[in-house]
Amino acid sequence: MDFASFLIQTLNSLQYGLLLFLVASGLTLVFGIMGIINLAHGSFYMIGAYIAFVLTSATGSLMLAIALGIPLALAIGAFLEWALFSHLYKRDHLEQVLLTFGLILIFEQLRSILIGDDVHGVAIPAFLDMSIQLTEVMSYPVYRLAISAVCIVLAIALYYVIQRTRLGMMIRAGNDDRTMVEALGININMMYRVVFALGVALAALAGMLAAPISSVYPNMGSSVLIISFVVVVIGGIGSVWGALVAALIVGFADTFGKVLLPEISGMIVYLVMAVVLLWRPEGILKKA
Amino acid sequence: MKNTTSLFRKAVVGAALTVSASAFSLAQAADTVKVGLMLPYTGTFAALGNAITNGFKLYVEENGGELAGRKVEYVVVDDESNPARATEVARRLVTRDKVDVLVGTVHSGVALAAARVAASTKTLMIVPNAGANDLTGTLCSPYVFRSSFSAWQPSYAMGEELARRGLKNVVTLAWNYSFGTESVAGFTEGFTQGGGTIVKDMSLPFPNVEFQPFLTEIASLKPDAVFVFFAGAGAAKFVSDYAAAGLNTSIPLFGPGFLSEDAVAMGGAGEGLQTTLHYAEGLDTERDNAFRTAYAAAYSAQPDVYAVQGYDAAQMYHAGLQAASGDPSRKEDIIQGIQSATIDSPRGSFTLSRAHNPVQNIYLREIKDGKNVIVGVVSESLEDPARGCSM
Repeated sequence: MDFASFLIQTLNSLQYGLLLFLVASGLTLVFGIMGIINLAHGSFYMIGAYIAFVLTSATGSLMLAIALGIPLALAIGAFLEWALFSHLYKRDHLEQVLLTFGLILIFEQLRSILIGDDVHGVAIPAFLDMSIQLTEVMSYPVYRLAISAVCIVLAIALYYVIQRTRLGMMIRAGNDDRTMVEALGININMMYRVVFALGVALAALAGMLAAPISSVYPNMGSSVLIISFVVVVIGGIGSVWGALVAALIVGFADTFGKVLLPEISGMIVYLVMAVVLLWRPEGILKKA
Repeated sequence: MKNTTSLFRKAVVGAALTVSASAFSLAQAADTVKVGLMLPYTGTFAALGNAITNGFKLYVEENGGELAGRKVEYVVVDDESNPARATEVARRLVTRDKVDVLVGTVHSGVALAAARVAASTKTLMIVPNAGANDLTGTLCSPYVFRSSFSAWQPSYAMGEELARRGLKNVVTLAWNYSFGTESVAGFTEGFTQGGGTIVKDMSLPFPNVEFQPFLTEIASLKPDAVFVFFAGAGAAKFVSDYAAAGLNTSIPLFGPGFLSEDAVAMGGAGEGLQTTLHYAEGLDTERDNAFRTAYAAAYSAQPDVYAVQGYDAAQMYHAGLQAASGDPSRKEDIIQGIQSATIDSPRGSFTLSRAHNPVQNIYLREIKDGKNVIVGVVSESLEDPARGCSM
C-alpha cells in the first residue's frame, strides 16, 4: 500500500467511523442515561433511510428530505418514549429487550406494508454528485466528504450541548444519580423524553445521510444495530466520547482489515472488541 | 322413532356428501400437478424471484395452463434469500404441501439446503438460478436439475477470454458466499491456464455494498483489469461506485453477466461494461424473438436472463412429465425424460450434462445505450466439469 492509498483508506475509515458514531451516540446516551437496552435502535436508522427515500422521491431533494425528516424523527422518538419506553424505566432489562425486539418486528413489517420489500437507491443531491481527482487513477466522491463534514459538525454540537448547556448538565447529572437530580426539582421525565427523541433523531439522521451510499433495503437496521452495540461496549456504556473513539477504532479496523487481512475481515471488529475488553473490561471511557 | 329416522337420514346424507366431496378432491388431485415456487420475493433478489416466476408461468400459460395434460397448481413461498430458514421452508413445501416439483431458488446457500431436502425426500427439484457448483457437483442427485448454469461456466469463459486478450494482472472482488467464491475460482482457473496472474483476491460479506475501501485498494494496485461478482441491486451499486471513483476510465471491469443485468439502473456508469453469460439481448433468433414478444405482451416488461431460466425450468419439467405420460408420481420416467430432452430455450437449444447442468453457449455481452448487447460466443457448448459428482 503506497502512501496515497493509505491516506485515502484513512479517509474511508474516518467517514465510516463518523457515521457509526452518529448511530452509536444515540444508543449509548439512551443506554447510559435512561438505562434502556434499545434493540430497536437499528430500526431508527432504517426508518431514517426510508424517510430519506420517500421524501426524496416526493420532494426531489435529499436536503429537503433531511430538513423534513429530522423533526419527523424527533416526533417519532418523543411519541415512542411517551407511549412505550416511559413504562420501562423501572422494569428489568429482560422486559426492555422483549419490547424493543418486538418493535424491530413491527417496524420491519410496517416498512414492508407501507413501502414494500424492494431495494431502493436515493439520488445524491446534484451539487454534491461529483468526484475529486485524488491520484491519477482514483477519484473521491464529494458526497462522502460532505457526510464526514456533517458528522464532525454534529459531534462538536453534541459536545457543546453536553458540556456547556443546562440540558447537558442535567443529562450528565442524570447519568450519575437519577434520584438526586429528581430531588433537586428537575423534571427528569421531560429530560428523558428529550434525550430519547435526540437518540432517535441521531440514528435516523445517520440513516438519511447513508441512504445514497448504502442504498435502502429491508433489514438494513440489524447489521447497524450489532456494530453499534460493539461501539457502545468498546467505548464504555453511556460515554459519548467513548463512542466517538470506539466508532473511529471500528472504522479503521474494518476498513484496513478488509484490504490488509481479507481472510478474517468479517471478524476483525470483534477481535478488536475482545482485545479492548481484556484491556479495559468497562470500555475505553466509562462515563460521559 | 321419528327422531331416529331423521337422524339416520341426516347421517346418510352426510356420508354421501363426504364421499362425493372426497371423490371430487381425488378427481382434482388426479388432474393437477403441484408446483412449489420457492423464490425470493423480498430483499436484494426480489426482482429476480419475480422474473423467474413470470417466466415459469408464461410457459405454462402458453400451454393453456397445463403441462402434459395436467392443470398446474402453484404453491408460492418467499424464501427471503435466508439460508437459515431454507431447510424449514423447503421441508414444508415437500411434506406439508406435497409439491410434485420444487422450483427454487436464486440464492445459492438457500438452494444448497433445499437440494439436500429434495435429494433426501426424493422430490424432483429444478434450480432456476442458483449457480453454486456443488448443486450439480459434490451434491449432485438424480432428483436435482438446473435450468440456469453453474458459477464456473460464465466465469471460466471470461478467464479464458481475458487471457486470450493478453491481459496479465487481474484483481478479483466478490461477495463472500459460495456463488461469489466459485465465480472467482472459475475465472482464476480459466485465466491462469491462459497465462494470467491474480494479483489480489478480495471479498466482502453478502449483501454488504460498502465498496469504498476495495475501490481504493484497486486504485493502488493498478491491475490490467478487475473481475468481480455482484448481482441485483448490489451490482448496479458497484458499477456506479466504480465509475464515481473514476476507475472505469483507467481499469476495465469484467464479470459474469449478473453484474450488468440491471444496466438501466446504472445510468451512464455501465456503458462499455463487458460480461459473460448464457443469455444476451439481441440474439435475434426466431425462438428468442418469439419469447421476448410473448413476455413483453404478458408482463409489459422486457425479459431478462432470470425470466429465461424460469421459462426453461417449466420446459424441462414439461419434457419430463410428457415422458411419464403426465403422471407426476413416475419420477424415474420424469428424470429420464428431462435428461434425454433437448430444451428449446430462448438462449439457444441445450441438453443436460450427466450431472443435470445445462451444456450451453456462453456469450460475451457489452452494455450499449443501457442494453446488454451480444458481442459474440466466447465458449461454445461449455460443459461444467461437475467435480465431485459420482453420478
